[in-house]
Order: sequence, then structure tokens, then C-alpha cells
Amino acid sequence: MSTVVLLTLTGLGLAALYFLIASGLSLVFGLAGVLNFAHGLFLSIGAYVTWSVVGSWGLLPAILLGVAAAAATGALVELVLIRPLYTRHTEQVLVTVGLSLAGVALLQSVWGADARVFPRPAWASEVIGIAGAQVPADRFLLIGAAVVVLLGLLAFLRYTRYGLIIRAGVENRAMVSALGIDVRNAFTLVFAIGGALAGLAGILGGMYFSAISPGQGASLLIFAFIVVVIGGLGSVAGAAGAAVAVGLLQQFVNYYGTAGAGDVSVVVLLAAVLLLRPTGLAGKVATA
Amino acid sequence: MILRIEDLSVRLGGSHILQGVSFDVAATGVTALLGRNGVGKTTTLRAVLGEVPATGSVEYDGTPVLGRATHKLVRDGLAYVPEDRCVFAGLTVAENLRLAERVPDPDYDLVHELFPELKQRAAQRAGTLSGGQQQMVSIARVLLNPNRLLLVDEPTKGLAPAVVTNVAVVLERVAECVPVLLVEQNLAVVRRLATDAVVLEAGRTVWQGRAADLLGDAGATRSLLGVGSTAGRH
Amino acid sequence: MTTQPSVPPAAPAAILPEAPASGSVPSRATPSPSAAGQLRRRLTPLLLLVIAASLPWSTLDIPGLFDGPLNSPGTLQLLALCLVFGGLALGYDLLFGRSGLLSFGHALYIAAGAYGVDILVSHYGWPLWRAALVTVLAAALLALLLGSVALRTSGIAFSMVTLAFAQVGHIVISRDPGGLTGGEEGLPLASAGLPGFLVGVSNTVNLYWLALAFLTVVVLVVHTVDRSPLGRTLTGLRDDERRIAVLGLSPYRLKLLVFVLAGGLAGLGGVTYALVVGGASPHVASSELTLSLIVMAVLGGAGTRWGAVFGGILYAYLDQRLARLGGTLPGPFAEPLFVLGTLFILAVYFVPGGLTGLGARLEPLRRALRPRRD
Repeated sequence: MSTVVLLTLTGLGLAALYFLIASGLSLVFGLAGVLNFAHGLFLSIGAYVTWSVVGSWGLLPAILLGVAAAAATGALVELVLIRPLYTRHTEQVLVTVGLSLAGVALLQSVWGADARVFPRPAWASEVIGIAGAQVPADRFLLIGAAVVVLLGLLAFLRYTRYGLIIRAGVENRAMVSALGIDVRNAFTLVFAIGGALAGLAGILGGMYFSAISPGQGASLLIFAFIVVVIGGLGSVAGAAGAAVAVGLLQQFVNYYGTAGAGDVSVVVLLAAVLLLRPTGLAGKVATA
Repeated sequence: MILRIEDLSVRLGGSHILQGVSFDVAATGVTALLGRNGVGKTTTLRAVLGEVPATGSVEYDGTPVLGRATHKLVRDGLAYVPEDRCVFAGLTVAENLRLAERVPDPDYDLVHELFPELKQRAAQRAGTLSGGQQQMVSIARVLLNPNRLLLVDEPTKGLAPAVVTNVAVVLERVAECVPVLLVEQNLAVVRRLATDAVVLEAGRTVWQGRAADLLGDAGATRSLLGVGSTAGRH
Repeated sequence: MTTQPSVPPAAPAAILPEAPASGSVPSRATPSPSAAGQLRRRLTPLLLLVIAASLPWSTLDIPGLFDGPLNSPGTLQLLALCLVFGGLALGYDLLFGRSGLLSFGHALYIAAGAYGVDILVSHYGWPLWRAALVTVLAAALLALLLGSVALRTSGIAFSMVTLAFAQVGHIVISRDPGGLTGGEEGLPLASAGLPGFLVGVSNTVNLYWLALAFLTVVVLVVHTVDRSPLGRTLTGLRDDERRIAVLGLSPYRLKLLVFVLAGGLAGLGGVTYALVVGGASPHVASSELTLSLIVMAVLGGAGTRWGAVFGGILYAYLDQRLARLGGTLPGPFAEPLFVLGTLFILAVYFVPGGLTGLGARLEPLRRALRPRRD
């Protein structure tokens, strides 16, 4: 029983990371039609900026600066690289591919290729006893952050004008323009939001793994892609559900099966979902 | 004259869809854009709005507008009611309308007077509405704002006869204050609303004049539109 | 190399039975200027092949480009790697440029080739030729299996599924199941199992010829596909899938066929790669390798006759040379991927048709100057 509790909470912690990365990816894809391979770069920028100022600024301001830097990077990428290629989706994907290669290399040249030890608040290293299981507190940090972000995103999408524009734009971008709305501002906004959430994921991931490295974003990104496709492109709630399914499946199968079986089972889940429901769980058409 | 189209040409995916469409839209009344299926009526509207790349010249209220961004044209009072309604299925009726607000004081009085049903169904998701109700949402979206020209694409397509009449009554009322460029297959509706008519064939303008002159001539109607003047649609 | 493409890649009427794009119709009765052009188009590659094949006899030393004379083992190894990537990139372009299938998992089939032959030779002591044959067939079979699932989706979902499948391959290889793959360290090719002429520094020249042979095979296969009705149908598929469906052909089967063919070529490339570098490492299974294949194809000119080959050779050369020069360059320029990634982004904006497309852009001018035929 205690093992199940520990595995569940660890799986949910992982799911939290996946959700933070996937929700931004999903909105960017759903609205702007851009499959963003540079999303892992936003994650690394958040983590590295926080890492480099945490000594002098303290943890919380460093986190805020890291998230802000990642958001600014996201907005900048949209304005400078994506916008000039409006409607040319393949070229947009190619540019993000180039950016992901060049960006990781740039991080390596600035901060080195080796992993850096990442700071975490003291309480995150403690363990909490739940139903007989000794659960590290960092799991709750991840889960708590993801729940706050999920509720915040849903409220933003439901109750604000830009949220309305984004929801409508995911359905039919051309029609939003035909109502007199400049939908490109919403593109910049979702890139900034996606960047901020990815940056937060990078920081929390750094705390969870106790280390950051330039390539970390890329390896998390692939599972985030899987979460996005399973959840249905453009759906935040779908991404949340899919992240939980993927995180739990991965943890449990990795524990009870052989090493690596969890990762394989996630891909099998993806194939099964796509074959049974080509639109993903939330029903938005995945064949752009 | 509110809109002047000259030699409008559109190529999409290797096919030459519009090959020199030219016509004017009067500053009052309804101008009907007619022709068989696939002659380029919808493409003409979308080209005017800047949704598809086009060459030639489009003057809106005396200024050339080809190449301008769609949202800017719409903010200048060029409103669009697209084919197949295009309501946002996942948004509620109220949200669909709220999204369309362009001015500080949107005219909800007019919308609720014309479509009382929409007030009752404000919290319902637009995707669960009937086709007729969706068309009401689609028209209501543009009526919230002051407009200088309405582009309306097949508003009665696929609707039950009673609803067709309802839509026609609304458009008739709207046309009293705003000029309308109307794509419509239902000749009874055209007869009721249109003052002027333009006929396209294979991406070109083949006829322009008073609507009554076209519809009063059964032979011309049949040869240009491929239907008897009494038939609703084919 | 830049004189080849005579038909723009997106010829709209590509599926109609028009005159084939390349010089495969010898029956044109009148000796027109285009016949001379066709002749040149066929002879130029042949000439390049002869030059490439005889390169190892040259002692020419080009100080800026290579560290040693052309026939030194170091230079031949570098050139062999360039040729392998030229072939791999063209094989990938069969999917990407020619069929519009943006696969993010091509590395899986290259890894299947590299690890397949490596494991059969090093662990099981199979003779090389049998191991190579079985491996290539296995790679094609794997492509058939996974392609039949992945091709049920299209667009971005297809890219994601292929990416996910390849990621599984990468994970499995990195975990060293049963001690087969050597995990993160990779698996060196046991030279005991190889024929003598492929072993030792003095025989690098044979590896070079092997790489050249691989590239030649890929070029022959891909260009044969280009000329065949299949090739024109694929182009039509890329431009408008509905049109092919209207013709009564099954887009799914056609795409699966080309996916399997590309998988087999990737497997063959993996085998060659393992022989040239002397083993396999998890890098050949990484998504990064697939991304670099995309970069190669786009950089050279996706969908053109020679673009991907050119892009692959250029990319592999720059990658190796920049890594060698790395320490001497300032800041981020010391990272080859920074330079290549930036170059690639610039190419997407400013050279949309790829480097060989620069030649094709001059084509209308050239055609205007040439007398019209038919």
C-alpha cells in the first residue's frame, strides 16, 4: 500500500512537469498551428536564469526572473522568427527545429555542457508520512504548482477577453479575424504564456532532479509532445488529463516492469489512443 | 457606391478560381451575387476580405483595400456573415456575441429584438444549436456593431422553409440601413431582397444590372443560373 | 551539382502522364538543345562519380579544407562520413521532400541498421554480408510494421507518432537490454568478424569506396522512383492527397510503400555508417539525428534531385570540421550545432528552395533563352 501511495504521488509529480510543458505547447499549436520544437529551450532558459541569480537574489525573486525571462524568450521567438512565416507551417516547424539545435548549443557555450546542481528550498528535501508511505515533499511542490497553474489557466481562458479570443481561435482562427480581432496578438500572448509555464517547469524540474543540464529540456519535451497529442491539440484540460495518465503509467510500469518499460508503455498508449481516437482525448482534430 | 471590384483574380493550389471579376455594389439596398455552384462567389467575398491572396483592384468606400489585413477591414465596418455560419461551437451563445463586440456600446437591444431566442439561450453552447439558431448567432454577431457594408454568404443554406423566411425578414430589415452584398441560391429570397444582381460564371462576371430585369426574364435566369425562376434551389 | 533540377519540385500537373522530368526518354527523334541538356544531365553525375571514385589516388593537399592530403586515412574517413550522410539525407528526402511525410523518427531505421549489423557480427559472429542483408530486411520490416500504424494518422500527428516510436528505440538502446547494445557507451564493431579488406587504418580507402557505393545505390533508387509513375504519384500526393484518392489509388498503401523503401535505405545507411565509424552508439537513434537529416534536406533543397545529397555532404563536413576547429573559435561559435542551427534558420528565411534551389531559380531565365520545344 505504501508503495502504491509513493508511486502515485511520484507519478503525479512527473505528470505536473509534463502538464506545465504540454499546456503551453498545446495552446501554441491549437491557436497558431505551430509545432514548437524550441519549447525545450524556454524550459532551459527559465532554469538557467534562475540558477545564475539565485545566489545573489534569493530563491523566490530568482524564480520570478527565470519565469519572466522564459516568457520574454517565448514572445520574442514568436515576434521575430514565427510571425514573418505566417501560415507557412512547415517552415515554422523547421525554424523551431533550427532554434532548438542552436539554442541548446548556445546554452552549452554559456553555462557548459555538464549538469549543474540546482538549489531547492529546505522544506522540499523533507519527507512527509502519508498512509504509511514516506513521500518526499518536492512531489507536493510540483503537484501544487501544476494545480495552481491549471486553475489559473482555466480561469484565464474562461473569464478574460484574451482567453475568449484564444478559445475561439483554437476552433477557427480565420473567423476570429473576420470579427475584426487581430489574432496575431493572441499568438504572441500564447507563446509568452507557454514560455512562462515551460520556464516554471524547468525550475521545478531542476529542484526535482536537483540538477539542470542544457539537454534536459529536449528529453522532457518528447513526453510533453506525447501528452499534447493524447490530450488533444489545443485543449488545456485534455493536456492535464493526459499528463496524469502518462505520468502514472510511466511510474507504475517502470517500478513493476523492467527498466525502460514505462517509457515504452507510454508510447504504446499514444499509438492506441491515436488508432482508436485520431482526434485525441479532448476531440480536437489532430491532423493539421 | 460602397464597393468597386475590378479585374479580381485568384489562384489557389494551381487552379485559377477567379479570372477577372468586376462589379460594383451600390451604397444602398441588396446586391445579389449569383451563379451556379463553384463559379467563385464565396472566393470573391473572401478575396475582398483579404482571406485569400488576390490580384486586381478592390475599392471600399473610395480607398483601395486589397492586401489589407482582414481584421482591419472589419474594424472599418466591412462585416462578414460566412457560409455555414462558422459559429464557435465550444463557446456559449453569449460568448460568441461578446467576442464579436467591437464598440463600447454594442447594440444588444436590436439583436434581442430580432432574435429573442438568443437571449433565452445565452448560456447554451453554440455547437448544440440548430442550424437556424446558429445562423441567428452568426448574423447577430455583426449586428452588434455599426457597419458600412455586409457581406452575407448563403444565409439560408440548409435551413427549413419557416426559418428561411425568418432570415429573409431580418435581412430585409437590416438592408434598410446598411448595404448588403448577398450570395444566395434561393431565388425566392433573392427576389424578395435584391435590388441589384451580379452573375458570375467560371470565375468571370457575365451579367450585372437590376435584379428585377434578370429575374423577370425566365430565359436569362435559366441560361445564367441554370434554374427555372420559380425553383428554390437545385 | 547545382545544374540538375529542371522541373520545379512542386510541378502542379505532376501526376499527369506528361514528359518525365529527367532524361529517361531516349526516343526524342530530333537532336534538340534539350537532348544535349539531357545528355549533360546524365553525364555530369557519372563524371562526378568517376572523380569521386578516383579521389583516393590523389595526393593533393588542400590546407584550408582538410588536415591531410586527400588520400590520407583521416581525410578519407571524413569524406566517407560525408558520403554516408549524403545518402542518408537523400533517403530521408524520399519521405520529406518527395512525399511530404514529415517523419521525426527516421533515426530509428538508421539505428536498426547500425546496431543490427553490429550485434550480428560482434555478438553472434555472423559473416558481414549475411548480417548486412538480414539487417536491411529487418529495418524494412520494422518500417512496414511501424509505418502501418503511424500512417493511419497524418500531418502533425504523424510526426509525433514517428518521433515517439524512435524515442522508444533510443530508450531501449540506451538501457542495454541483455548486454546487446552496450548502453550509453555504444557497441564497437568486432574487427575479428569483418573481412580483412575493411580492417585497419591502411584500408580506410575501402571504407571510402563502400560509402561511395552506398550513396550511388541511394541515388539510383531514389532517382528511379522519381522517374517512375510512383514518383509522380507521390509528388501529387504531397501536393494534394484528394486528387490521388480520386484517381482510385490508395494514398495509405503508396505512403506505406515509400515508408518501407526509405526504411530499407536507412537500414543500409546504418550498416555503412557502422562500418565507417567502427561501431554504433545511441546517438544514431536520437531524435537529434533525425532533426539533422531534416536540416540537411532543407539546406540542400528538399524534393530536388541532388539537394539532399549536397546538403548531407555539406552538413557532415561542417559538423566534423567545426568540431575540430571548435577550441579556436570564440563563444558560441565553438559549438558546431550553434553554427549549423543558425545557418539553417537563415536558410529557411532567405534561401527557401535550398542551396541547389539557387540554381533552379535561374532556370526560368535559362529556359527563356532556350528555344521552345513541342
